[in-house]
Amino acid sequence: MNPRILPYVLILPVTLFLCLFFLYPFVLVSKQAFSTGAGFTLENFQDVTSHWKFPISFKNTLLLAAAVVPVQLALALLMATMVNGMGRGRDLVLYVWTIPLGISDLAAGIIWLAIFEQSGFLNSMLSGLGVIDKPVSFLSYQHPGVVFLAIALAEIWRATAIMLVILVAGIGLIPKEYYEAAEVFGASPWKRFWRITLPLLRPSLQTALVLRVILAFEIFAVVAALGGTLFPVLMGETYAYQFELLNGGAAAAIALIILAISIGFTLLILRILRVPKGASI
Amino acid sequence: MRIKAKMAGVASGAALLVAASVAQADVLFWSTQAKPVEEAQSMRENVLAGHGDAVDYQPNDGGPWLTRLNAELQAGDGTIGVLGALHGDFSAMNPDDLVDLSDMGVGSASETFNNLAMLGTDSAQYIPWMQASYIMAANKKALEHLPEGADIDALTYDQLIEWSANVMEATGEAKFGFPAGPKGLKHRFFQGYLYPSYTDGVVRTFASDAAVTAWETFLELWAVTNPGSTNFSFLQEQLLSEEVWIAFDHTSRLANAFNERPDDFVAFPAPAGPTGRGFMPVIAGVGIPRTAPDMEASKALVAYMLSPETQIATLRATNFFPVVDVALPDDLPPAVQAAGGAVAKMSASPDANPGLLPAGLGAKGGDFNRVFVDTFERIVLAGQPIRAVLDDQKVALAEIMNETGAPCWAPDAPSDGACPVE
Repeated sequence: MNPRILPYVLILPVTLFLCLFFLYPFVLVSKQAFSTGAGFTLENFQDVTSHWKFPISFKNTLLLAAAVVPVQLALALLMATMVNGMGRGRDLVLYVWTIPLGISDLAAGIIWLAIFEQSGFLNSMLSGLGVIDKPVSFLSYQHPGVVFLAIALAEIWRATAIMLVILVAGIGLIPKEYYEAAEVFGASPWKRFWRITLPLLRPSLQTALVLRVILAFEIFAVVAALGGTLFPVLMGETYAYQFELLNGGAAAAIALIILAISIGFTLLILRILRVPKGASI
Repeated sequence: MRIKAKMAGVASGAALLVAASVAQADVLFWSTQAKPVEEAQSMRENVLAGHGDAVDYQPNDGGPWLTRLNAELQAGDGTIGVLGALHGDFSAMNPDDLVDLSDMGVGSASETFNNLAMLGTDSAQYIPWMQASYIMAANKKALEHLPEGADIDALTYDQLIEWSANVMEATGEAKFGFPAGPKGLKHRFFQGYLYPSYTDGVVRTFASDAAVTAWETFLELWAVTNPGSTNFSFLQEQLLSEEVWIAFDHTSRLANAFNERPDDFVAFPAPAGPTGRGFMPVIAGVGIPRTAPDMEASKALVAYMLSPETQIATLRATNFFPVVDVALPDDLPPAVQAAGGAVAKMSASPDANPGLLPAGLGAKGGDFNRVFVDTFERIVLAGQPIRAVLDDQKVALAEIMNETGAPCWAPDAPSDGACPVE
């Protein structure tokens, strides 16, 4: 086959797939969001943004992303460098660390619920140690901080691995020569990490951050399991509009708002971590 | 909705191909009721097995239930033979999509229920199928803390608060349980119990001074309520784990507690307020979508569901009571006996103030519920001032009433046209 056409032929299936299952539904969702039956309107957007819960869920979603993603980034970097420095057992450790990836987010939420709820493991442990006399209801409206912490912990536990996998692959691509040269000149491990690993890891960091940040804005099941209605997030509102209020237009509007935020942050990350032309490894 | 409907259409189309090749003759009973695995199994084995034709009983959550139904209605071609759902699910549908069932000659013994089932038209759009209500349940350990002179079968809200406070003092824990979880039925408590008991209305009196008193009383109750209540949706679980000693919930959401440990719990009527003992029935119905593949088979199944024997079998399977006149046997499960007793006492009490399910709201039923849930979340969880919240939420409520034009229902005084929020 003509080598100039070949690449296009190869990406054709995935393009068709995306058009059918992403682009087409996306167009329909947009249509739904901008109409209430008769012509173009912003009514759906006004409806959802003027609801008293919208600013709260908006703030919660951003706050959660701001708290979770940096911790995950730091952890993933640390874990990736550790894995990279290992000889024997490297694969085993990597597999164990990525187990949470294989667990659905709802299941992850339920696991952490089993820890934090009133009859959960944390309560049994604390009362076993004699720290508390009777079970404490951690996940109640009286302890919004604990609810936030529990959700953040569950998210960090569950989704750090996806960044880890990308970063491990990225670190593996960095040529050893740079490190050898740095060692010859007496650079400390910290300096090698800071001056070689981080800059050369930029493309992987980009991918990892973009993926993670987008997923952070879509957080839903973990919050539903741990916070219930105590911690409203945008995705939870989307679900409520679609399935409880049967208001597809409003649900589509929030979905588009989430999309807009995701695109905004993606562009921001791409811009901040851009790789200068011709500077690839 | 439309995209979801279309995607579900594709999915159910695929499912249809598979299903069609396996069992073509089965009537698909598409239900939002009897969802828990044991109940669904019991529906299949003990209720529907007695029907001449094979029935494929498929319970589902409200969202997916409606999504597939709408997909079939839009396609004008379907596999669903019979629908089983709550009154609210049916009232959210367009009556034209339901087959007129007036000529079937079956119906509930209650005219009120039959009228509700007309969904504002002149003919039966669905047939009442089974009923339930909300009651109170308590662990017997709590009984010794009842306030002096209080009769458990004729409690007032103040006595309930005092009782829960006594329990809290004695055990050091708040042991009143309220279904405020994400799937909890808290809105029904406000619509059918608190508001009628304090304001003798629901819509008209939504932001009245009496409503402010009602919410103040509720805040007092909340102070002695288990703070974990915001995660409770089926109080039977917390009754069994003894996190909660006194609870309010739907009869079928308390059933396991009575069935597993019948000697440990008592059921009793909901409390009374200044304007009586408000309470509300729950009605589920069976209907037929206009796209049903075999109309005769569907109608035969609907008729079968209303026969006295089926109604008793359904009661055993789901803890929902019959809607037709039928003598209840003596060997019913403990939960049914307990709930039946409490409901009977509630409706026979001298100060009974029965409410009706919201009617005429159509697709706005969810928004109507949200007004009450939002009010609860703002006043109780977020601690916002009652008067301000009621005045704010009142606008949303009035908008829903005007948009749907729904007339007032009991205990609100009747209205010409849309029920006004006063």
